[in-house]
Amino acid sequence: MILLFEQLLNGLQYGVTLFLLAAGLTLIFGIMGVINLAHGALYMVGAFAASWVAIQTGSFWGGLVAGLVASGLIGLVVETAVIRRLYARDHLDQVLATFALILIFNQTTVLIFGRQPLFTTLPEIFSGSVEIIPGLPYPTYRLFVIAVGLAVALGLYFLINKTRIGMLVRAGATNRQMVRALGVNIQGLYTAVFALGALLAGLAGVMASPIVSVQVGMGDEIILATFVVVVIGGVGSVKGAFVAGIVLGLFDTMLRAFLPATLQQVMPGPEAQALGVGISSMGIYLMMALVLLVRPRGLFAARG
Amino acid sequence: MKRDNLVLLAVLILLALVPFAAEFTGQSSWTKLVGQALIYGMAAASLNFILGYGGMVSFGHAAFFGIGGYVVGILYHHFDAGTAFLGIIPGTDQMLVTLPAAVLVAGLAAALVGALSLRTGGVQFIMITLAFAQMFFFLFISLKTYGGEDGIMVRRTNALPGLNMKDKATLYWVVLAFAAAYYLFLRRLVRSSFGQIIAGIRQNERRMAAMGISTLRYKLYAFILSGMGAGLAGALMVNFLRFASPDMMHWTRSGELMVMVILGGVGTLAGPFIGAGALFTLETTLARYTEHWMLPVGILLLVVVLTSKGGLMALIAKLKGGAK
Repeated sequence: MILLFEQLLNGLQYGVTLFLLAAGLTLIFGIMGVINLAHGALYMVGAFAASWVAIQTGSFWGGLVAGLVASGLIGLVVETAVIRRLYARDHLDQVLATFALILIFNQTTVLIFGRQPLFTTLPEIFSGSVEIIPGLPYPTYRLFVIAVGLAVALGLYFLINKTRIGMLVRAGATNRQMVRALGVNIQGLYTAVFALGALLAGLAGVMASPIVSVQVGMGDEIILATFVVVVIGGVGSVKGAFVAGIVLGLFDTMLRAFLPATLQQVMPGPEAQALGVGISSMGIYLMMALVLLVRPRGLFAARG
Repeated sequence: MKRDNLVLLAVLILLALVPFAAEFTGQSSWTKLVGQALIYGMAAASLNFILGYGGMVSFGHAAFFGIGGYVVGILYHHFDAGTAFLGIIPGTDQMLVTLPAAVLVAGLAAALVGALSLRTGGVQFIMITLAFAQMFFFLFISLKTYGGEDGIMVRRTNALPGLNMKDKATLYWVVLAFAAAYYLFLRRLVRSSFGQIIAGIRQNERRMAAMGISTLRYKLYAFILSGMGAGLAGALMVNFLRFASPDMMHWTRSGELMVMVILGGVGTLAGPFIGAGALFTLETTLARYTEHWMLPVGILLLVVVLTSKGGLMALIAKLKGGAK
């Protein structure tokens, strides 16, 4: 029971990380129509910048600021230099150009930081744990990550539903041409949305940096899961990204935590372990295939 | 038409001479390099059939490449161990059995994936094909019997009656023969009425449907044919490298296949082969000088995608046009 509760919290923490990445990606997808495979690279940039500054200065908060600034700035550069030229292209060109960006980002990171993972320590106030229910001490930092994720979700909700920029974003996700025809500075909106997405991806990277190993390729692993979240949630829908992110985070964590042990009861140990891990990794893709078969446009598709 | 055939013949003769040139210059790695490029060319050409001619952007094509390879690997594993797959299918090391089996199994997998994926379109199609490829990737990783993450070593290349397949040059010529045959098959295919329908669906699916053509069925047929071609290429690759691993179906491999198609020229017959040769040569050459070869490859790819239309084939056509 306690184990289940702990895994639920872990799943929630993974879920909000996925949401932070997927929120930006789904907006970029929905509003500009660009498939950005390099979104995971911005997550990596955030994590590396934060870890490096944290190691140099010893301050987690300094790292947080550095990670956000770095990912935001690099996002702006990438948008101006590459993504801007891809708006009018077909999906194939977008996939390839951003695939090239992944190669470039990964190798540049290897050149700067090498292949060894970076490790940071948690700031003093997060190093302990909180006893949420009797008998379950849970790391404070992971609770902080969940809190930050939920706060961002709330902030995005207000930004998108209650402000003028949010109105334009919603309009853009529904009908791009119409927004342009009404005289909105669409290029400015595009750049702003891309920078926001980069910032959120960077934030996800910063948040993850003390609990995962910060190394080259960390973005490639999570970007596929993020795409699954975006597609299941419905392209262009932040609400969909939130729901799908949390559900997939929980689903994936539960499978990984309990499937191998369950299989071990019916087959020999090592094989059950391998099969359990394999099927757990397949879980989210299976879920996406099933969702798309029932709803080909995802759960909360913005466009009708 | 006549001139095309002459060029093709000349290229084939040149390619057939590669083992001699390798021996003569002492660069024994050439045979291996060109052989691998030819096999990747086949895989890229099979992808190009649905991507370039059919307009279906599949991001999971490496799955069929890997499945074809694993069929050869698994059959060899059981042949070697003297056991049977699922207790009924005995293993074998005969190429005349393993290659058709690989093509068949890859075709079945493509039928399954295609039947489900083709119900969607656009971004969702890209992502769902990727999802299926990931499922196969993790499936093979979890099969401890067949090496898990490490894959299967195939200690001896499959036997072909009357040929000494241990000889590197013989193996190379077998690969070349398959690549040439596959090229001719594709040429026939895109010029057939079936190929015309597939191209028509790419240009305007609604109009094709209005003409009374069941577009979904034709797209599925094309998807299956394409998967079978990738399966054949994968089976050859495992014979050539004597190794099958989940890496063959990693999602970046699917990306590489797409890169080859784009680099060479989408929707052209020779393009994928040229693209595969160019990318593979570039990677191997750069890897010799620097471990950071991915950086120049990435930059080159970005420049090609952003600035050019039609890849190397368009460049060749331009040069030919200028010479006239």
